[in-house]
Amino acid sequence: MEKLNGLRCRECGRRYPATPVHVCEFCFGPLEVDYRYDTLQTIVTRESIAAGPPSMWRYKDLLPVEGDVAVGHHVGFTPLIRAQNLADELGCREVWVKNDSVCHPSWSFKDRVVAVAVTKAKEFGYDTVACASTGNLANSVAAHAAEGRLKSYIFIPADLEQGKVLATLVYNPTLVAVHGTYDEVNRLCSEIADKYRWAFVNVNFRPYYSEGSKSYGFEIIEQLGWRAPEHIIVPCAGGSLITKIWKGIKELKTLGLIAGPVTTKMHAAQAAGCGPIVTMIRNDTDVLVPVRPNTIAKSLAIGNPADGYYAYKAVKESGGYGAHTTDEEIVEGMLLLARTEGIFTETAGGVTLAAAKKLIEAGVIQRTESIVICITGNGLKTPDALYDRLEAHVKIKPSLSAFDRALADLKSHAT
Amino acid sequence: MPRIRVRLTFPPEQIQQPIVYHLVKDFDLIPNIRRAEVKADYGWMALELEGDEGALERAVAWLKGRGVQVDPIERDVIVP
Repeated sequence: MEKLNGLRCRECGRRYPATPVHVCEFCFGPLEVDYRYDTLQTIVTRESIAAGPPSMWRYKDLLPVEGDVAVGHHVGFTPLIRAQNLADELGCREVWVKNDSVCHPSWSFKDRVVAVAVTKAKEFGYDTVACASTGNLANSVAAHAAEGRLKSYIFIPADLEQGKVLATLVYNPTLVAVHGTYDEVNRLCSEIADKYRWAFVNVNFRPYYSEGSKSYGFEIIEQLGWRAPEHIIVPCAGGSLITKIWKGIKELKTLGLIAGPVTTKMHAAQAAGCGPIVTMIRNDTDVLVPVRPNTIAKSLAIGNPADGYYAYKAVKESGGYGAHTTDEEIVEGMLLLARTEGIFTETAGGVTLAAAKKLIEAGVIQRTESIVICITGNGLKTPDALYDRLEAHVKIKPSLSAFDRALADLKSHAT
Repeated sequence: MPRIRVRLTFPPEQIQQPIVYHLVKDFDLIPNIRRAEVKADYGWMALELEGDEGALERAVAWLKGRGVQVDPIERDVIVP
């Protein structure tokens, strides 16, 4: 049964067949996958989803994949943790952490979007995938390309530190380091995507790629027992994740899968040094003013986000809000999550937690309401953010008496 | 002739300037505007520019020199 109408321009509504195109030829607006919800209504039930695999592919009917899943069979269905220690610390009743810091295979939510894009690339008969990335996306594309036996080209700015490149290079992609400013590299990659018949995951495959983020929202709802929480706090870079989580929730509602009303408020979290979406929300304007990123939250550092306007719309439609966080608050957020729940998140997670704390303290989020905090990446990816921030360990000579003294010393400091 | 699809973002001080006129007159480009929003203190334009490769490069450099942000139509191609 056909489940896709094809693609549709988000601006002018013009329709296109489901092919690897991403920009409306008429108005240059972005294209989005358009589903046949009447068909989906007849095939998707809570039971059909529960009968699926323990991965994001249990929602395959609601994703734009039409053939077999080609790569990333174990992506998603990450833990949704009732974070009582954190709730106690924040003075809240019900706090949940959706933990994509353990998403397989490359430890960030990017595996969700890349698994869809690479599967779709194989479906369309492509033999090469590509992306331009300084971090999580590069890791994920290289990993999935290796699994799918596809060639991969990863473009990076030439000045990227070696440490950031290792977790991509290990999968043996062709890594192209481009000399030039961010803007120059950005434009070159757009031109390469235009010229070569490659699946550039976040360019010509963007309509399919971005749909993978919906699975993050589907899982939250299912793991809460098909209930929509009152608040979801989402880190924003390009703005696609928050937009797609919101789209996913609305789809589940349309299909009658959510128990009770949806009163979820979507909140955007960004660093103060790169927060154009939160600025829109706080200034109540749909005009996005680009910024030059200056933050330790590198995985959120997009100064002119393509989906900024749609992220703003999702937040406003849901009645949510947003918060900026300083670098200091980001580190405190990372440490708070580690200290209370034993979860080591990257800087983006620090942004989300710090933003949630601010929204709670400001009374935007009531302490009695249900709160889901979106953790999207692993802390081992950004250890440099914590250098000089953690206490030195205890150093002793190799004798029991030395340890006894050190322990007594520690206990006296603790009391 | 080569074509590029770009999104121009104008700072407040460039809002009143005849930017597109200069693209035609000084660089011999053919601009084809598809979507735009221009307000008193801010504006953007999604357009296609057609012309010599060298002229396209010079025009982009000229725009940047005037404080106009020039992004590919997809904007955030490089993702963290």
